[in-house]
Amino acid sequence: MNATFAVLTRELRLALRSGGGAGLGLAFFLIVVMLIPFGVGPVPHLLAQIAPGTLWIAALLACLLSLDRLFQADFEDGTLDILTLSPMPLEGLVAIKAFAHWLTTGLPLVIAAPILGITLNLPDSAYWWLVTSLAVGTPALSFLGAIGAALTVGIRRGGLLLSLLVLPLYIPTLIFGARCVAAASEGMDVIPAFQLLAGVTLLTLALTPIAAAAALRMHMR
Amino acid sequence: MSIWEYANPVRFMRLTGKVLPWITALAIGCLAVGLIWGFFFTPEAENFGSTVKIIYIHVPAATLAINAWGVMFVASLIWLIRRHHVSALVAKATAPVGMTLTLIALITGAIWGEPMWGTYWEWDPRLTSFMVLFIFYLGYMALWEAIDEPDKAADLTSVLAMVGTVFAVISRYAVNFWNQGLHQGASLSLDKEEHVSDVYYQPLLLTMAGFFFLFMALVFLRTRTEIRARRIKALQLQEAN
Amino acid sequence: MPDLGKYGETILTAYAATVILVAAIVVLSVVRARKVKRQLTELEARRNG
Repeated sequence: MNATFAVLTRELRLALRSGGGAGLGLAFFLIVVMLIPFGVGPVPHLLAQIAPGTLWIAALLACLLSLDRLFQADFEDGTLDILTLSPMPLEGLVAIKAFAHWLTTGLPLVIAAPILGITLNLPDSAYWWLVTSLAVGTPALSFLGAIGAALTVGIRRGGLLLSLLVLPLYIPTLIFGARCVAAASEGMDVIPAFQLLAGVTLLTLALTPIAAAAALRMHMR
Repeated sequence: MSIWEYANPVRFMRLTGKVLPWITALAIGCLAVGLIWGFFFTPEAENFGSTVKIIYIHVPAATLAINAWGVMFVASLIWLIRRHHVSALVAKATAPVGMTLTLIALITGAIWGEPMWGTYWEWDPRLTSFMVLFIFYLGYMALWEAIDEPDKAADLTSVLAMVGTVFAVISRYAVNFWNQGLHQGASLSLDKEEHVSDVYYQPLLLTMAGFFFLFMALVFLRTRTEIRARRIKALQLQEAN
Repeated sequence: MPDLGKYGETILTAYAATVILVAAIVVLSVVRARKVKRQLTELEARRNG
């Protein structure tokens, strides 16, 4: 338990001190959401209609932005080798790192999303579900990202490849998450989409540490 | 004598060298007969008019595009469990063939969609799933290209194939949830009520077999090339030392 | 040539696209197969010779 806490604190400290990792993701989120009205036009009812999808896609891209740093630095300076030798299973380490990534990128997005929802004229009924669906869905984004980051660690120019590998894995989460918010804003039943979203997240939390740890071991073999 | 004997590259080369000409001949034969039969000697369907003739390429390509991913999945699994190099190379060789078949299914579908549904592209669950499948193929091939060490590349792409399979299946159903779609139901089904009538069915079976043998021939040929390329690399390494 | 009616263009485009794609993958596979095979024969001849 102490070791878990130590690794988590280290991850958070690194993320917060190195060039404002959390702040960058948030700024990116803000910019993407701001670009949408420029592209679509300042039409309130149109923006209200596309707000759920826009907020979800922007959150997803902001999450993707910081993924390539997840294992890269530790891999390059040998920290990862040392951490692998510790008694903590690599799967656990991956889970902690992905969780720390969520705390520093996913969680700020969840908090900022309703404020940006106002600028997109999101209907009142949708705010609760916007926050809830993002809170439940963004952990899946971080954990799936961990697979992509583990696969591409040590590859030159791996960032673009990482996006190509990870984005298709985001499809179910995006569909169910955005559907949740859209259903809430149209006054329809939210529960089916929400249950499926939660299901995908739970599956991801269970599955990805194993896959990502396997990939990391292959890199270090 | 077990099937694993053919995991030995030498045995694999000997066997595939022998059967490859036969499979190629079968592919050409089935495709020629099936396509000529289908193209020239089938009537127009009442709801499709003459466009029904596209079924002879669209349906086999689509079926094999999905099954090619299945081949990659199984081959990757065998590599991860038993570490037979031939298996990893089969997975590598299958990807471009599967991607081409996916592209054929998408393009013929789009061309067919224009007169039938009035649009080249519709965000229909089946079309969308194929687009997703296409992206999965691209990512898989890109990962193979990006890693220099052959064994590491085989390992990592196998993990991607595992994870990709899970998420490709989830995406398929997620996409169903997202849009109900216009697409026709299954063309081939064990349920007699559902599938296309016999006039179209018989030539379709032939082109199905033709595409299947074509797929097999290409995968064998490409795997043989990969095995030889691997051998060249090994020899060059020996010379360098 | 059967009478394809008003859909002639559609059907022929679909067939043409398929032929092009199949030809592309076949040609690429065969060309690479030949090249690699030749390289390997040369390499082995040099080592044994």
